[in-house]
Amino acid sequence: MSGLDNRFLRTPREQRSLTQQSLFRLLFLVMTSLLVVPVFGILLVLIVRGGPGLSLDFFLDKPRKGMTAGGIFPALIGTLWLTSGALLLAFPLGVSAAIYLSEYARDNWLTRTINIAIVNLAGVPSIVHALFGVGAFVLFLDFGASILAASCTLAVMTLPVVIVATRESLQAVPHSFREACWSMGATRWQTIWRLVLPNSGSGILTGVILCISRAVGETAPIMFTGAVYWVAYTPEGVFDQTMALSLHLYNVSTQVPNVPPGLPFSVALTLIGVVLVMNATAIAFRMRLRGRKRW
Amino acid sequence: MASAKPQTATANPEAGPRWAIESKGLNLWYGTFQALRDVDLQIKHGIVTSLIGPSGCGKSTFLRSCNRINERLGYVSTTGTIQVLGQDIYGPDISPIQVRRQVGMVFQRPNPLPLSIRENVLFGQHIHRDDRIPRAEADQLVERALREVLLWDRVKDRLGRKATSLSLEEQQKLCIARLLPMRPEILLMDEPCSALDPEATRAVEELIWELRGKYSILIVTHNMAQARRASDECVFMLLGRVIEHARTEDMFVTPKKPETADYIEGRFG
Repeated sequence: MSGLDNRFLRTPREQRSLTQQSLFRLLFLVMTSLLVVPVFGILLVLIVRGGPGLSLDFFLDKPRKGMTAGGIFPALIGTLWLTSGALLLAFPLGVSAAIYLSEYARDNWLTRTINIAIVNLAGVPSIVHALFGVGAFVLFLDFGASILAASCTLAVMTLPVVIVATRESLQAVPHSFREACWSMGATRWQTIWRLVLPNSGSGILTGVILCISRAVGETAPIMFTGAVYWVAYTPEGVFDQTMALSLHLYNVSTQVPNVPPGLPFSVALTLIGVVLVMNATAIAFRMRLRGRKRW
Repeated sequence: MASAKPQTATANPEAGPRWAIESKGLNLWYGTFQALRDVDLQIKHGIVTSLIGPSGCGKSTFLRSCNRINERLGYVSTTGTIQVLGQDIYGPDISPIQVRRQVGMVFQRPNPLPLSIRENVLFGQHIHRDDRIPRAEADQLVERALREVLLWDRVKDRLGRKATSLSLEEQQKLCIARLLPMRPEILLMDEPCSALDPEATRAVEELIWELRGKYSILIVTHNMAQARRASDECVFMLLGRVIEHARTEDMFVTPKKPETADYIEGRFG
């Protein structure tokens, strides 16, 4: 009957399980911590080495002395042009496609083909997109190497992600709402307009901005399609060529001789800053609109 | 009343359609799965008819065929006819939108739209009318609909509140209320109480009984006691077929078919 006295005591087997559990907990914690090391490492290095180079002049001046001095103004403006262009193209296209796929399309071979195409498009390397951009936009559509061609290429590259993000936001609206709408005789469009979009708008905007912010840093798709090593002016229209931050970073890091060591870091810091500002906008959108979620 | 036997009594066909809903030889497939087999049903005007049967027997499918909401699934095919108020709703010129507008539907889980209480009631008007509804008329519609579902006194001071902030019972009543401004003659209810606690169930059942007479109500239920309490006639379905259709008190006291007896006595299902 000795077993009765210690029935609630820890057994050796249980002790082993507990040790095992703590070990795994520690392992996962270490792995997770490792994850943040590169993030902070990158930021730290950039701030320490690139921070001192930042100044109002740096943002507002042209590159001088064969890129080894001066600022990055044309590249900064060029990146804004390219990104806005990509956003203007990818947003309506991607959102429309997502609405079609989520709200209208039935499960048939066409829909499945489109879905496979989207998934595969997302996996195409950016350099391949670049070559496609040269063929399709620069040459075939005769945009020339221009902001338009480069924005189109960026848009094509981000489209699949925009579509997937938007579709997920749409699908997050409960099906029972759609059913309620339909059962009162609403058409699909009335359901989308009055119910689905108002309740998924914040998610869509956030998703799209996050996707596009990734396009800010892309170099390959723009280097053959519209971004150039150096231009003496800031762009005035979509058929101009332009400098861009990402390409500028590549150039000052690898192509230009005698660059002061801090300069590439300052450019990189600016680039990351632009991305962070876009992401912060997305987060602000989400916080502002999430309060209006109503279920 | 339910006790009348109108099969032979309706001599004058000009007196309007004999049945609220009448299906003839209705077969329905989801893809290759046949959910309804030769369903012939006549649902009378102005009474509550309950559809009972074990899960998967086709009762919800039948209900969902009566306002053509099933079609939204896209892989549904149907043969046979369903006449609603004397008209074949699967006929060539029939607009499913008008069918859905005039045959209201209440779902298992209360699904008020994520709008205010007032906007929920007016939603049908918004989607079916081009002109803006004058404020006074809208107020009247809202009040009348909410009074009809016994909700007005409880929510009249908070019509602007989100409908999702209501209790489940109130939400379900609101879901009924939002159908009423579209002046349906038939209300379909798919297990309207199964998400509710007993007290709320009782309240919604009382409401259904209250609406009886003004509307023809077809209600799917899993709850045998509910079918017995709150319906005039009862239809028992099994594996896509109608096994028995009788007055509720008759079916529960003297079921004619052995399957019905087995089911209502709880031997399967």
